[in-house]
Formats: sequence, structure tokens, C-alpha cells
Amino acid sequence: MGHLLFNVIALFTLIAAVGVVVNKNAVNASLCLLLSLVGVAGLFVGLEAYLLAFLLLLVYAGAIVALFLFIVMLLDTKGDARPTLNRLPAAARVLAVGLVGAGFVSFLTRGRLPEPDLTKVPALGADLKLYAYQLFTTYLLPVQILGFLLLIAMIGVIVLSKKFEGLEDIK
Amino acid sequence: MIEFWQNLHPVVQVVLKGLAVIMVIFPIGGACSMAERKVSAWIQGRPGPNRAIVPWISWIPILGPFLQRLGIFHVLADGGKMLFKEDALPGHVNKFYFVLAPIVAMIPALTTVTAVPFGAYLDQTGQIIPIALANVDIGLIAVFAVSSLGVYSLILAGWASNSKYPFLGGVRASAQLISYELSMTLSVIPLFLWVNAPGREATFGFARLVEFQSGSWGGITSPGWGGVWFIFIMPVSAFIFITALFAETNRQPFDMPESEADLVGGFHTEYGAFKWGLFFVAEYAHMVIGSGVFTLMFLGGWNPLPWVPLADLVGWLAQLAPILAHPIAVGLLSIGIFLGKVLALIFFFMWVRWTVPRFRYDQVMEIGWKKLLPLSIANLLAYAIGIALIQQ
Repeated sequence: MGHLLFNVIALFTLIAAVGVVVNKNAVNASLCLLLSLVGVAGLFVGLEAYLLAFLLLLVYAGAIVALFLFIVMLLDTKGDARPTLNRLPAAARVLAVGLVGAGFVSFLTRGRLPEPDLTKVPALGADLKLYAYQLFTTYLLPVQILGFLLLIAMIGVIVLSKKFEGLEDIK
Repeated sequence: MIEFWQNLHPVVQVVLKGLAVIMVIFPIGGACSMAERKVSAWIQGRPGPNRAIVPWISWIPILGPFLQRLGIFHVLADGGKMLFKEDALPGHVNKFYFVLAPIVAMIPALTTVTAVPFGAYLDQTGQIIPIALANVDIGLIAVFAVSSLGVYSLILAGWASNSKYPFLGGVRASAQLISYELSMTLSVIPLFLWVNAPGREATFGFARLVEFQSGSWGGITSPGWGGVWFIFIMPVSAFIFITALFAETNRQPFDMPESEADLVGGFHTEYGAFKWGLFFVAEYAHMVIGSGVFTLMFLGGWNPLPWVPLADLVGWLAQLAPILAHPIAVGLLSIGIFLGKVLALIFFFMWVRWTVPRFRYDQVMEIGWKKLLPLSIANLLAYAIGIALIQQ
């Protein structure tokens, strides 16, 4: 039962993820991204990490993809305006082939995950208290840095979007 | 009966339970659209819908005309009309997303109910067991996460209609829903700070909140608090939450996505017949779930009155007639109390519609970002400090 469910959801997630890349219509692509995120949330539910699953839905599926769609619809991009593959510069082609090759090599050499430590099941993200505890002890520095980055981004957006009369206002 | 139920396959049990809940929510959604018309009429001093009647009921002497004037048969008339109308598909729309949007509107509205407990019964030891489809630890996050997917129906409907007014409605909808989600989430954190006292198992479930409001709250002793509802302890949180709820369900005075006055019908301008009806039932289902969540968090859930928990009421009733203490009777009583509060809140929604004038779009954004959000942050900080001092 568990294996069947995992296979079905994993296949669904992968198909949606491929859909994000190959779709020419940006609206279709963002909706495929949404489906893919829902699939990942389903995989988390299969791992009994309900908290992670619903946080993923709340933050990414609920807000971020909604913003993507919002922007896509505002810009009203047409799929046919996108440059086709054969007009790419040579450097980009070499880089792309190299990346795909590196991906294959790493998949073949280190493609097996280590056996999971069964004493750590359910995962750290499964329990609310454990998750919060980790966030405020082990991972406190990354959380602080991320918060600072977001603050900088927010200030940047305010500066960029506000119409200043002259340079005097900025000072 | 109970034997037969327990012999069923678990999957069948779950499906039947889910269907039973949907069979309640969906008709309440339909009935609310009727109630909306009738309540609007009463507030404006006109009779409202009072014509439709089923023939054989009109033969009953006094009850028949009374029901006719109450207008309850207009639910059937409206539903029938919507089903049998021609379901026109405009030529200029993106057909796939145009049809998808009303379906996407219904799914989150009916899925959120799984995490909302709607009643309780007492087991043999006198312990209160909540009745819910899934009594999960992360109840509130689950409700917020799934209901936040509802925004896609408005965006898709506005975009797929491929015309100006629906598009403006869709854009306004996505901006408004994202703006008010922040204050909504921040406003309820103090509740969970309070009930997740040090040394207790952490939870975002609704059952713990109702347990606290029942007074039977183990762990930290707080004399004098027994059975008090959160609306008395945290009135500011309740105010922010209900305001954001109005915005999230697109109710007046925050009906920007629809704006009948300036956008014709907003995102559903191009819709007709049953697709349009689905949008409306989804909106009312959102209101029912939102009111349910508000009831659980601030109005004591299934407890009849402040400082009067359900267990006390059952105790008094059991002295009158022992049959009333049977788990099924208690379950029905608690569901009745809960639904009563939810329906009262829905009446409040309709009442506000005719009391507060609707805001302009820029005012909606200003209220959301410049007033409600700072207020909710200040509220959170104040309660965080206060709770830390009390629970030291």
C-alpha cells in the first residue's frame, strides 16, 4: 500500500515537474509547478511529516505560486516569444551538456541514499515541538541570516518602488 | 448498528463519514444563499422572496402560507433554475481553465472541513472526545494551508474569462487574499502561545483550544480562568481575525473581487448557470468553515455558555433523564450547539453587509497593510510578553 502510494505520487510529481519545463504557456507551467508542489506535500504526508507537508502547501502552493501566476498574468507573456533552443549561444550549450553529464555521473556513482536510521523515524520535521526546537538551537544562525536577507530584500523593494522626487529624499 | 459500522472496511468508513459531512455543508451553503436574500430583505424592510411553494404543502392550513412567506422553497426553485438553465460557454474564453475554476473553488472549501472538529461526546470515564474527520495536531495550519489554495479559483476565473472586468477582479482577489492572510495568521498565534505552555505537548489542534475554554485544562493552574472564552481574554485577536475573515471570504465590506458596483461581477462576470452557482456555494462553504474556526477558537466551540462547559450541562441533563447522557445524545447536543453558533456568525456576516459601507480598493490595501498588520504584530508582542510573565 505504502509503496504503491509512493510510486503513484512520485510519478505524478515528476510528470508535473517535467510539465513545468516543457510547457510553452507560462500559465500552464506555473500551474504544473503548483501540482508538483502538491505532489511533494503528498510525499511528506507519506513520511508522516504532516507539519512539513502543510507548511509547504501554505507557503509555496498558497502564496508563492499565486504570486508567480499574478506576475505572469500581469505581464501576459506569450509562449511563442521565447527564444528557441538552436538560437542559444555555444557557451550555454556546452554548459548545459556539462551539467547534464555531471548530473548523470553523480547519479551513477553516488545515486544510492544511505539506509535510513530507523531510530530517527519519524523525521525531525514531523513533530511541531522538535521542529521548533531545532530551528531555535541547531539552525539558529541560518534562520537569523535568512531573516536578515529577507529584510534587505524588503528594503530594496521599498527603495526601488518608491518614487523619490530628488536625491535629497534618499539622504 | 454499531457492530455493523465497526465491521466495515476502514476506507469505506472514512468515505461514508466524509460524504456525511459534505451532505451537511453543501445544503447549508445553498440555504445560506437563501438566508442572505431573506435577511437582506428584513434589514431593508421589504418582504423578500415569498412566492415559491410546493403544491401539497400549500394545502396545509396555517403552516403552508407561513412557510411560503418565509421563502424556504426558493432554495429548491433557485437550485432547479440554476441546474436547468442553458450553460453557455462564451467563445472568447480559455475553455479548460474556465471550466476548471469553479471546480477549484469547491475543492478547498470542502476539504478544509476535514481538520475542523464540530462536536464532542463523553466516553465512559467522563473524558471529552472531539468529533472530527481527522483530529490532527496541526489543525489550524491545515485549514490555513488548504483554504489558501482557494485563491487559484479566483485568479483562474479572472484570467480564463479573457475580458477586462473579470481580469481586474482576479488581480484584486489575489492581492487582497495574500494581504489579509498575514494578519490572520499573526492574530491567532497568541492563543497557541497560551495553550502550549511549557511542559505540554505542542499542538496546533483545535481540540486543545476548546479544552482550555471548557475549563478542564490540565498542566498550568490558572484560577479564575476556568471556562472563559478566548474572545474575552483576547478581544483584539478576535477582532483582527474576524476582519481578515471577511476579507478572505470576499464578503462586504471587502468584496473587491466581485465589486458589483464597478466591475459588473468581477471574476464571475462571464459565468452563468451552475458554474456561477458553484462559486456561490463555495463562498458560503468558506463562510461556514471560517465561522466554525472562529467558534472553535474564540467562542468556546461546543460549550454552551461562557463559564458553563459542556460536561456541566450534560451532568444537569443526566439528572433530568439518564438517556440524555448517552454518547450519541451528547454528540448530537454538542453538534447542535456548535452549528447554532456557526449559524449565528453567518447571520452576523449578513448583518455587517448591510451595516458597513464597502471600502474603496486603495482603502482595502491601506487597512490591510498599514492598520491591521501593525496592530496584529503589536498584539502578538504584547501577549507574548504577558504570557511569558504569567507562565513563568
